[in-house]
Formats: sequence, structure tokens, C-alpha cells
Amino acid sequence: MKRTIFSNQLLPWLLLAPQLAITFIFFLWPAGQAIWQSFLREDAFGIKTSFVGLANFRALVDSPEYMNSLQVTAVFAVSVTLLSMGVSLLMAVSVDRMLRSSRIYTTLLVWPYAVAPAVAGILWWFIFNPTIGVLPYALDLIGYDWNHIQNPNQAMGLVVIASAWKQISYNFLFFVAGLQAIPASLREAAAIDGAGPIRRFFDITFPLLSPTTFFLLVVNIVYAMFDTFGVIDATTEGGPAQATNIMVYKVYFDGFVGQNIGSSAAQSVVLMLLVIALTVVQFRWVEKKVEY
Amino acid sequence: MIENRPGLNILSHLVLILGVVVVGLPLWVAFVASTHTATDFMSGTIPLLPGPHLIENYSRMLDSGVSTSGTPPVARMMLNSLIMALAIALGKIAISILSAFAIVYFRFPLRGLAFWCIFVTLMLPVEVRIVPTFQVVAGLGLLNSYAGLSIPLIASATATFLFRQVFLTMPDELVEAARIDGAGPMKFFRDILLPLSRTNMAALFVILFIYGWNQYLWPLLITTDAQYYTIVAGIKRMADAVDGLPQWHLVMATAVMAMLPPVAVVIGMQKLFVKGLVETEK
Amino acid sequence: MNRLITASAVALVASLSAAHAKTDIQWWHAMGGELGAKLEEIVKGFNDSQDDYNVIPSYKGTYPETMTAAIAAFRAKEQPAIVQVFEVGTGTMMAAEGAIVPVYQLMQDNDVQFDQNAFLPAVVGYYTDTDGNMLSMPFNSSTPILYYNKDVFEKAGLDPEQPPKTWGEMEEFSKKIMESGAASCGFTTGWISWIQTENFSAWHNQPIGTNQNGFGGLDSELTVNGPAQVQHWTTLKKWADEGIFKYGGPVGGDNAPPMFYSQECAMIMNSSASRAGVMANAQDFEVGFGMLPYYDDIEGAPQNSIIGGATLWVLSGKSDEEYAGTAKFFEYLSSPEVQADWHQFSGYLPITQAAYDLGKEQNYYSENPGAEVGLQQITLNAPTENSKGLRFGNYVQIRGIIDEEFEQLLSGAKDAQGALDGVVERGNKLIQEFAAQNQ
Repeated sequence: MKRTIFSNQLLPWLLLAPQLAITFIFFLWPAGQAIWQSFLREDAFGIKTSFVGLANFRALVDSPEYMNSLQVTAVFAVSVTLLSMGVSLLMAVSVDRMLRSSRIYTTLLVWPYAVAPAVAGILWWFIFNPTIGVLPYALDLIGYDWNHIQNPNQAMGLVVIASAWKQISYNFLFFVAGLQAIPASLREAAAIDGAGPIRRFFDITFPLLSPTTFFLLVVNIVYAMFDTFGVIDATTEGGPAQATNIMVYKVYFDGFVGQNIGSSAAQSVVLMLLVIALTVVQFRWVEKKVEY
Repeated sequence: MIENRPGLNILSHLVLILGVVVVGLPLWVAFVASTHTATDFMSGTIPLLPGPHLIENYSRMLDSGVSTSGTPPVARMMLNSLIMALAIALGKIAISILSAFAIVYFRFPLRGLAFWCIFVTLMLPVEVRIVPTFQVVAGLGLLNSYAGLSIPLIASATATFLFRQVFLTMPDELVEAARIDGAGPMKFFRDILLPLSRTNMAALFVILFIYGWNQYLWPLLITTDAQYYTIVAGIKRMADAVDGLPQWHLVMATAVMAMLPPVAVVIGMQKLFVKGLVETEK
Repeated sequence: MNRLITASAVALVASLSAAHAKTDIQWWHAMGGELGAKLEEIVKGFNDSQDDYNVIPSYKGTYPETMTAAIAAFRAKEQPAIVQVFEVGTGTMMAAEGAIVPVYQLMQDNDVQFDQNAFLPAVVGYYTDTDGNMLSMPFNSSTPILYYNKDVFEKAGLDPEQPPKTWGEMEEFSKKIMESGAASCGFTTGWISWIQTENFSAWHNQPIGTNQNGFGGLDSELTVNGPAQVQHWTTLKKWADEGIFKYGGPVGGDNAPPMFYSQECAMIMNSSASRAGVMANAQDFEVGFGMLPYYDDIEGAPQNSIIGGATLWVLSGKSDEEYAGTAKFFEYLSSPEVQADWHQFSGYLPITQAAYDLGKEQNYYSENPGAEVGLQQITLNAPTENSKGLRFGNYVQIRGIIDEEFEQLLSGAKDAQGALDGVVERGNKLIQEFAAQNQ
């Protein structure tokens, strides 16, 4: 809290005006619209509208597609998070041992952060293309038939890999920072006690890294749930047989392609509740950290 | 280094080299593909080394693009992306630093409410309110315009919080000194706060530029006029070939060009990038 | 001298005012590539032919993207006058009474000569209301046919001039081809929904829904889980397991044509409009053409195939001048010369008898083998209730469901009956939802 402040009354509102205006017009108003539309039934052209109460939500609960989407989203988010964090942690621990070469490795590992999810999707889509891709060709040599156009699990594997790949840089940087914050004396003491590198990792490093890990867990889940639209749209478009139709994609698809505004709005409301929950979790952690 | 274990060191290097290769594989394959012709993919053997058509493919894409996909030349799309990314990054920094200044250095009625209004934007990513946001932007007549591409995306709670954090750590004596000099709030803001926040702004700019450049869903929806396509959204249209195969060599050339600017920013300004990344998450 | 100056000044003013008076007419379409270039050439022909109207075509991506963009633009009051909508969007467009201007009415209001009987019944039947009035302007219609690799047939010891006629022969030929090593797969197909479900049903004179396949009203139901369809999907699954049939992906089946071009699969069923693309890509082998195969144990087969492709819909809320120009443009589009030119260039079916006759006169069909197969197929028999077409609300999504259920069949999660029951159950929900939205 600042002790010294300016006393103007009008000026702060002028300073806040641009941000508040944009927030109202492009955030709060559409969000309110989404809530209102979730109670309506509308035709595609918006000519006939009727109030239907909770019917859109009830239809969601009754819809096997929506339940499937929830499940797909959960599997997807957990897989992306585990894969990306696992690989990043391994890299970070390895880099942590390096003195001279750590900078080069870091440079070579951070650039995927800059790649758009949609582009990441296209790249991996090309690599895994069943007809001309590099990896299906290699897999075919060892007798494994790769065809994500047909096989739901492989399609899920593809979008998980593409999404996790893009997130490795981010996790890596935070893990490296987390590792550097662990006092070397602790690990040295354990080494003197005769603990091997693997035991030291699990007994000392990993527990001390847990604030970073927890923070990344939330960030990765949020990323997988909301920022991977481009990956899905540029590759599987939710298929095959809805196997990769995550919630964010379904909102878009049902709203824009399916023209079912009411259902799409109801799904938006569900998603908003989810984001609010995740933000609260994230913020509680941030507050705790600020106290340190 | 705690102890010297050559075996472990070699293992670490192996892990890292493997990691670098896996991380780099898509880029390599894309680059290789972009230097071949379409027929090189049809023969069944996949080229793993660059071909001789690099300049041909890239210059073709930059100048004319793929007419069959209805996308304009890549140069045009990159320009659109650049305008959008700059507008978003600069716009976010400008409105956020102003509102952070208002929240930290003033006491006024409803200050808490204003703070919460900004905070709540964190909870409403564009993806979850996509249909009504589209309707609002369409209603304002902002479809197919640079304003429509950028303004709805420039409100940001994270940037505001970052500047709030920065201002909170600045010593109070600065304001006292300014007061004694008889400086008003805007002079204080311009002469003292802005220069002191310069590195924070630069770090934030790196992150926001990448954020803006990589936007996908939003430009995809609100641009129906090819003149406003951005490169990231345009790639998808190229890969969706009607009546035939996508021209992978050209799609990959475009993908490489779409990656270049943000990747160059990350690698060229690695320090600022890392700073920005860590700070925005505080 | 003075008179000359005056005259040229008058001419100048006249030309200036003419330039100003030109009414712009927006046309959103989904024709990319060569087709798009040809379309622009046709539009230019119209724009150059008169001084009052200027049609501006813009490419808006795939069919669903174009339709979605037009609907979104309508809601934002920025709609084009003309939008190209694919056949399965017909139900949605028709139900949107306030949003569209039916073509027959447009022509009437603007006193443009228009004889509906000049159009091919199999084409126009898809787009009329129950009173027989034409609602949208057919532009590009096609029907699926069979393409086969004559070289592979020859290598396998088959007669390269004899395409398989029945599904039994499909299997027999495919096995021969695979056993001889001439190709590693028998056949593939684009469009599981359009070709292997909708056209399959029409070709075997089987209904896919109640109310004359949905023509009769919004409260229709799908009945696509009949024995014939179940038999076909069951067989496709069996062939997929044996490697005789390879799946090319959902919607149009993007991966199917490459399998045919690379000679991996000996045959492909795809739109008659892909003919130009097939000829261009099949450089190393000779292509043969045939009608769709049928099961000879199903009574009524072969009936006639149904069309796909798109029509031009006129959206409401534009000025009278724009509508007058649109009517003129449609008249130009349906003239035999323009139609024959478009048909022969693109492989889409001509929409009028006159254009078909013109093509015959020009010896187009004798010089271009395979170009007439589609026409013969749709005119094989007079269309029945089961083979006139289909019209259901939300059908774009139902097509998606057909793909999904077929994918479940392929992955072994469901059998053919279960998959088609799934199509019916999920599809009916969407149809009911659509009916409720449009009450």
C-alpha cells in the first residue's frame, strides 16, 4: 500500500477509461449476452427467438456428445500437462548440471514458445500425415500402422504431442528457475550422506520444486483447455468420431458451424464457471507466494 | 556441481541433445518440405534433406501466394499479422500502464470495483465467449478491419497487474520528491514512472507481440475479406485444399515464414523474453 | 467543332454517370482454384455484357465456411445479395423464410423470362418447394461416379474396358487386383455420407427419411438404418478389414484421391466434378469411368443417383436494383452457352436440357469419355420419392454424424446396425431441434 498518493478525483477515471471501456464492450457485455442467450432458442438467422429457460443446459446434460467432450477434455488436458511437464523437467534437471553449455541448450529449447498453436498443429499434422508423413513411414517399417484419420487414440496422441511440444519451452524455463532457487547446500549435504543422484532428486529436489510444479500444473491445464483451439482446428477438427472434440472447440463448432446459438451459449457459461474456478485456484497460490 | 560423475554428465548431454532434436524435428521437416516440389512427396519416399527449390517456393509465396486457397500473398498476410501484433502489444501496454497508474497512485470512490472489472477479464478468454463477442464486433461494423482484429484483444488484466506490481515496489520517496518539485501526477508519470518501467515494458512487449502474432481463432472469424487475413489464420485455408491435395511444399514454406518473426524475437531477445514470461506470471 | 465538343462532353457525362450508376452485387462463393478462376471469367462475361450491374464474386472458403459466413453476415446486416450454399444447407436456407428471396419470386418480381421446365428434373427437383417452385438457382451440381485405373486392371488380367457393375464385381475385381499385386487396395471413396449413404440409398431406391426424405415438412425422421444400408456398411467394414477398401477420411475424404493417384487403390468413387482433377493428377496411367456399383439382390437397383454441389440463394434486405441485377445475372447464368461452357470446363452437370443438347451438338461427349456418365446416371430413371434428393434441417451436422458413426464402425466400437441406429437417433435429435428453432 502506497503511503503517498495523488488526490485528483477525475484524473484516475480518465486513466482507467480506455481499459474499462474495452472491458465493458468486449468482455462484460458479450459475457452477459452469452448468459442471456443460454436461456434462448434461436434459429440460424436470428429471426425467431424464444425463451426456453434451462432447456439448453438440460440438453447438454442429456447429450452423450457433451459428456464425451468433457471426458475428452479431461484426458487431453491431463495428457498434455503430464507429457509436457515430464519432458521439461527432465530437460531442466539435465541443464541444471551444465555450466558452460546451458545457455545454448536453453536457446535451442525455448523457441517453440513462439510458434502459434495452429502452426504447431499443422507441423505435426504434416509429420504424421498417413500418406506422406515421416513418422508413419518410419512406424510402418517397424510394423505399426499409423492413421489418425481413422484411429481415435492416434488422433488424440497427435493433438497431445503437438500441444505438449509447444508448451515444453515454457515449463522448461520455469523449472530451470525453480531448480536454481534450491540451495545447493541442501543437495550437497545429501550427497555427503551418500544419497545417489536419483534419491537426491526424489528426496530433496522434487519436494522443494513443488511450488513451481503446482503453479505449472494450473498453467498447463488452463493452456490445454483454452489455448489449444488452433491445434485442434488446424488438425483433427475434433474428429475422428468426436475423439478430440474438446470443450472449447465444441463451443465454436456448435455456435458457428452448427449455428446452434443457444447450446453454444450454454456451453460458454459452463466454461466460464470452469475458468473462474481455475483462476481462483491460481490466485490463491499467487497470494501465498506473495506472502513469502 | 555437487560431484563429478562423467557418466551422468554424458547422460545429461544425451538427454538434452535428444530433446533438442525432438523439439527441432517439426521445424526441420517443415523446412525440408518447403524446399521441394509437390511431386517429390507423391513418390512415396519422403525427402529428409533440403531440395533445390527454396528460393523458388518462398518467393512465389511472398509475391503471389496460392491462388487456389483464396489467400493473398504471404507478404500481405505477414504485414497484416505485424500490424495486428504491434497494435495488440502496444495497445495493451498503453492502456494497462495507465490503469495501473490510476489504481496504485490514486484513491477514489469505486476503486475496488474498477479493479475487479479488470480482474474479471482474466476469467473470460475470448474462446469461451466467442459467439457473442463476434456479434458485438459485427454490430459495431468492425468486421474486416484492423481495429476489429486488435481492439477486442487489448484489454488485459495480466499486464495491468504486472505494472501494478512494478509501481508498488517503487520507493515512495519518488512521489515525495516530485511533489516538492511541484510536479503534477502526469508529469510524475511521464518523467519518472515511464523511464523506470522501460525494461518491464520491453519484456512485456516481447510476450505480447508473440501473443498478438499467434492469434488464430479471432482473425479466422472476423476476416472474410482476404485483404485482412493474417498469416497464422491463412495457413489453415491453404491446408484446406478444395478438390485436391494441399500443396504441402507451399504450406510448409508459409508455416516457416509464419514462425520466423516470433521465433526471431524470442531468440534475439532471450533475456527480455524470459523476464517477461516470469513477470507476467507473478 | 462546337458540336463535336458538345457531343463528346455529353458522351463523357453519360459514361461517367453510367459508371456511377452501376449497381454492385456481392456474390459469396466457395469455388477455389481453377473453378474459382473460371467462375470469375463467367462473371466478367456478365459484367462486360451490360452497363447497369457489376457482380463482385468473393471466395469465402469451403462450403460450410461460406454458409456460416453468410449467416453471420446476415445477422450483422452485412449479407451479400447472392450466396452459394451446398445442397445439404438447403433445409436451413428454406426454413429461413424472412432471410431469403425465392428465385421463382425474384424472377417474377423483376419480369425476367424464366421457364422452369427447361431445367433438368433431377437437378432442379432437389431445390423446389412442395408446390414445385424453384427456391434457389442451381449452379454447380454433380453426382458421384466410379473412376478406375485401366492400367492396373490390365495388369491384373481384367478387361480394362469393363468397370465393375455390381458390388459383387467390386469385391471380385478388387481381390484379383490385390492378389496379382497390381495394386495394394481395391477401392477407396470420397464422401461416406453423400456417396456411400445418401446416393447409395437413392441408387437402390431406399428411403433415408420419412416425409419423402424430408421434402414434406420439418417434422421428418431419418430411416437410414434400413436393411440395405446396414448390409452395405457391414460389407464396407468387412472390406476395410481385408484391405479391399480404404477409408479416405471424413467429409469429402481428402485422403482418398491421393490413394488413387499414387495407384495404391485401383478404383475410387467420387464426384463427377472431380473429373478434371483426376485427369490432371493421373499422369502415369489411363483412367476409366463407370456408374456406381449396386447390389443386384436389392430390388429396384439401379434407380438413379442424386446430385450434390451447390445452388445460389438470394438473401433478403438488399435494394431493388440489386435484385433486378441478380435476376438478370441468373438469366445469363442459365443460358445454354454459359451452362455448356461451365459444365464442360468443370465437370459439373449442365442444369438445363438445352445446355446438355448443346454439348451433344458440339460432340463434347464423344470426344471426352466419361463426361456423360454422371448425366446418364441421374437420368437413368424418373426420380422416385426416394431418389429425388433429401431435405432435413441441421443436415450439415447430420453429415458429420454419419462420418463419426462410420468411423466408430471402422474402429470396431460399433457394428453397422449400431452405427446407423446412432445416425438415426442423433440425427433425429438435431432435426427436432431445428424444427423447434423454426416454429
